[in-house]
Amino acid sequence: MKLITSYRGRGTEVGDEPMVLSFPSAPAGTPREGCRRRIVKASGLRLALQLAIAVVVFATAAGGAATKALAFSSHELAAKIAYCQDCHGPAGQGYRGFYPMPRLAGQQVEYFEDQLRAFVEGRRLNSIMSPVARSLSPAMMTALATDFRAFNPRPLGGDRRELAAMGEKIFQDGVPEQNVPACAACHGPEATGIKQIPRLSGQLYLYMVKTLTNFRKDRKEHLSDVMYPVVESLNKRQIEAVAAYVSSLR
Amino acid sequence: MKLTRLNIAILAIISFAVPAWAIDVETPKRCTVCHSASFQGLQPAPRLAGQRYQYLFNQLSDLGLHRRDDPNAKLFMWPVVATVNPQTARELALYLSTIPPVAAEDGDAELIASGRKIYQEGMPEANVVACVACHGPNAEGVGEIPRLGGLAYPYLRRRLEQWGRQGGYNEATRPPMPHVASNLSLKQIEALASYLSFVK
Repeated sequence: MKLITSYRGRGTEVGDEPMVLSFPSAPAGTPREGCRRRIVKASGLRLALQLAIAVVVFATAAGGAATKALAFSSHELAAKIAYCQDCHGPAGQGYRGFYPMPRLAGQQVEYFEDQLRAFVEGRRLNSIMSPVARSLSPAMMTALATDFRAFNPRPLGGDRRELAAMGEKIFQDGVPEQNVPACAACHGPEATGIKQIPRLSGQLYLYMVKTLTNFRKDRKEHLSDVMYPVVESLNKRQIEAVAAYVSSLR
Repeated sequence: MKLTRLNIAILAIISFAVPAWAIDVETPKRCTVCHSASFQGLQPAPRLAGQRYQYLFNQLSDLGLHRRDDPNAKLFMWPVVATVNPQTARELALYLSTIPPVAAEDGDAELIASGRKIYQEGMPEANVVACVACHGPNAEGVGEIPRLGGLAYPYLRRRLEQWGRQGGYNEATRPPMPHVASNLSLKQIEALASYLSFVK
């Protein structure tokens, strides 16, 4: 039984402490150039600092050229990240609560942002995530997407390992006789995804099974249309196999 | 206590003569001194009946290692758990998890609605997650996540206060709980605790 000794660590290893630096806020009276960010620790075997500064400037030219910046403080961003981590895990690796909360770590930025917008617009249906997404400004969505992209914890755990080999075959080669294309064709041979196509590697087994099984039910038309014929051609065992395979990928 | 087959089996195991390493008849009796004869709880000792097996075992483990260190734990549970070995802890946890729980229903009934709202929806603006995501729609818990439904109001309120507002006592819990409670106001804690005490 693994005992977790420290919640404050944001890394993958038990007891990791994040290295965090804060930038000072811009002094009053100067044009606010944008939002400052905390440096968040990218976990892994080596310490890696990722610095991402999002600068958002909105300017309206009118006589005295007042500049208005749509921004949030580094404190607000850190608080929001911690809020996400409460469900999605200290390093965004996901969590098996009563419902499986998916891995966010290393997710494609465009996909991440699009899902949050989908929750707001009702293109994707989830009673927990819809209110969450509605509380986020677009700039905040981008900031969260960028930060979680940088996390790199180990996968939460490979379930149903005995199905992984079957899953790998489906993932890499598809199932021609069932008209199922190879997942790798879009999601990449290592399931890392690209742009709007999500990373699947390291995703939670239960979440993958649930998503593939309920795909159409949880989505309105035109969100990930291309997936509909795929999921409807896979049987239960094949879904479990693919889920088992990708959940074990680093 | 409903006599399901599992309960009968458990009772049989603990009642009959068993090897020295197995649970003795006396251990559950000692628990009843504080936790009540039916294990439904007796303030300040919480209800143990119907609690999640893995959660109960983890608590016994954390208490034994002195990682759970809230004042009542320190005062009452540390000495007790010192006499419980892991195998006994496993059997105790399993036994307790099979007892049907009874809801305490001792919270403020007028706060149920607001408590339910916090539990089911969270407060995104205040960075408070919806409890339902982990603890389930009926606060039943799963795996290592405890059942909260029907626990006594004073106990729930005290634990949430300890984590969120009093500070400290954070090291002994398992993530993400200490932080989740940190953004709750006292009124919100009272509402949550009230609502949960009525959940069956």
